[in-house]
Amino acid sequence: MMEDQALGWFATIGRMAMQVWPVWLGMAVIFGLSIRFKRRLGLYGKLFDSTVGMIGYAIVLFWVLVAVFASLIITHDPLAQVAIMKNAAPGSPTGLEDGYPYYLLGGDALARDVFSRMVMGAREVLKIAPAAALVAYAVGICLGLPAGYLGGWWDDVLSFIANLVLAFPVILLFFLLVTPEIQQTGIPNGMAAILFAIPLVLMALMIHSRFVTQPARRNLWLAILAIVGIWAYAGLVFDADPLGVWRMPPNLLNVFIAVVFVNAPTVFRIVRGITMDIKNRDYVAAAQTRGESGAYIMLWEIMPNARGPLIVDFCLRIGYTTILLGTLGFFGLGVSPESPDWGSTINQGRRLLTAYPHAALAPALALMMLVLGLNLLADGLREESLKD
Amino acid sequence: MLTFLARRLAAIAASALVLTFVVFALTNLDPNLEKLAKGQGSARMSDAEVESWLAGNGYDRPMLTRYGEWLGVLPGWTAEGEDGTVVRGRCIDNAADREIRPRFCGVMQGDWGWSTRFRAPVGEILADRLAATGKLMFWVMVVMVPSALLLGVLAGMREGSRTDRTLSTVAIASTSTPEYVMGVLLIALLASSQAGLSPMLKEWGLLDAPVLFQGNARSAVGDANFWNFTLPVMTVALYGMGYIARMTRASMTEVMTQQYIRTARLKGVPFRDVVMKHALRNALIAPFTVIMLQFPWLLNGVVITEVLFSYPGFGWTLVEAAGNNDIELLLASSVVAVVLVLATQLISDIGYVWLNPRIRLA
Repeated sequence: MMEDQALGWFATIGRMAMQVWPVWLGMAVIFGLSIRFKRRLGLYGKLFDSTVGMIGYAIVLFWVLVAVFASLIITHDPLAQVAIMKNAAPGSPTGLEDGYPYYLLGGDALARDVFSRMVMGAREVLKIAPAAALVAYAVGICLGLPAGYLGGWWDDVLSFIANLVLAFPVILLFFLLVTPEIQQTGIPNGMAAILFAIPLVLMALMIHSRFVTQPARRNLWLAILAIVGIWAYAGLVFDADPLGVWRMPPNLLNVFIAVVFVNAPTVFRIVRGITMDIKNRDYVAAAQTRGESGAYIMLWEIMPNARGPLIVDFCLRIGYTTILLGTLGFFGLGVSPESPDWGSTINQGRRLLTAYPHAALAPALALMMLVLGLNLLADGLREESLKD
Repeated sequence: MLTFLARRLAAIAASALVLTFVVFALTNLDPNLEKLAKGQGSARMSDAEVESWLAGNGYDRPMLTRYGEWLGVLPGWTAEGEDGTVVRGRCIDNAADREIRPRFCGVMQGDWGWSTRFRAPVGEILADRLAATGKLMFWVMVVMVPSALLLGVLAGMREGSRTDRTLSTVAIASTSTPEYVMGVLLIALLASSQAGLSPMLKEWGLLDAPVLFQGNARSAVGDANFWNFTLPVMTVALYGMGYIARMTRASMTEVMTQQYIRTARLKGVPFRDVVMKHALRNALIAPFTVIMLQFPWLLNGVVITEVLFSYPGFGWTLVEAAGNNDIELLLASSVVAVVLVLATQLISDIGYVWLNPRIRLA
């Protein structure tokens, strides 16, 4: 049967809610299990005592599950064009025999389905933002701990560099670092070689300092790390993974590196500040008296005790990274023109914004919602971690 | 105090030097120079033509030399015509310059160079554009700071109350809405003749113009008015507001738990007077720093907003310069940006000491 009646707002929203059924199911399962076992789940469990935190977590979980089940949720191929659907209003029927009969959120200027692009955009964003925040954290921790703990010239040099990067306007940095011309020179690969090596060094140091008295276990763990680490490293930095599991297209690597580079100095300053505070505590003095190595004290005494503020900031940082990725997309930097990520969709939609606002509004609201969720989640976590 | 100032100013100069060198190095990478040549010549230049264009305009010499010329510590580059007279050169923008021909013409001599994108001296362009951005920033501050402080103080006055919860949520929502989202929302809601409020108001006969506010601020450079300037100002102000409001709230809640506030309450001072006379002044020290440190963030917001509303200010110029690899305009812009960032840091440190006599600068 062919549909030719446009949907009303109510029907459109209803159909969208039905289309994301895997997300509702996933959320119900996760929330049910988490609330059931919340007393055994530490800080994560306590999150369910705070209304703000729970709302934030629900929003974040919603988008994470949308990203996971994106290929089940989309109604059309995000790149497919249906000529008559150019700038179509939300809820318009496609008039085609096969496929989903409506463009739920209308069509964009190239007659693609806005809803499917928004859903796929969630996957694009959530593929990069948490990973970039994680690498930025590894870099910030790896440099911030010694700067705070040892102080001296080490601190002076690192702080000067961090302040230098922070003094650089982010957008100018993006315009200089994320261009096809820069990709030709290999600078992003060079930066990736350094930035991706730091998490590996950090993990190796953690293993070594933890098991220094048990050489057998230490060597086992180090061997596992070396195999997995070098495999991932070769794939990500040099695009030389023989199995093809770890790879990043050059433009994505460029974006990733730029975002890590911008975030790392802030993390560095936070970690340095917390370390300077914690290093005067009794348990650090106790470890020093026991004769523990500096690496052990930093990684296994100071870092675990700094986790509260770091976890909170990590949530905020994912949100900030999402905003940065959107900024890059908004200026058309580092993304392929067809990419459905939210920033570039907003950028494409803004040209016809006053006539057909829906194409830009959908990704804009999605981005706002995800960042809001992350901020609320961070707020809830902060509230709960302060209660201890 | 004087040594502190001198040290900080030296640090600013050093940072500006390092950062301009980085910008210079990045903009002078071979692919970028090729882009510049093709942008200035024609897009279909062959490799040989690109090279001869670069050589003809002095771009083929070592990078350090040219950085020195830009700084003004090395004599400027010149090209001689067939008869041995100087025809082109770094310091020669027009025929009159050919007569005087200064030997050095770098930043230290006050010459900011020539913009290849706008075909005009960088100094003039930046002065105009900074004036336009200054106007935007001024109105942003006028809107943002008082509303943020009010929001924060009202929320922090009674921690945990319903007012606090509501206002804190508003603040979080505003920090979660970056400029490019806020701008899109505001345009769709207020500046579209098809959607949002404008068609509705028009139908009710409350509105004469087709739209409530204009979604394009180009006309605001010469003549800024409520109609064409509201949306860009709100776009920048709303994103920054949430952060300042949250910091003010945190500072206010802390002050409200102090002993002297309790004493005042127990003495029977009305709550209004406690807030206005005892708490407010102490609670506003921390937000002052935050507001000053907000400038660099505003700069980012200004770039996005100016592009979105096509308002030709500093941010818009920066994007144009970067898109066309306009080396000298980019260098000057980064100097402006870096100095702005570091100077606001300095002012915030000094202001903090001035406001809070318990702290002394070493």
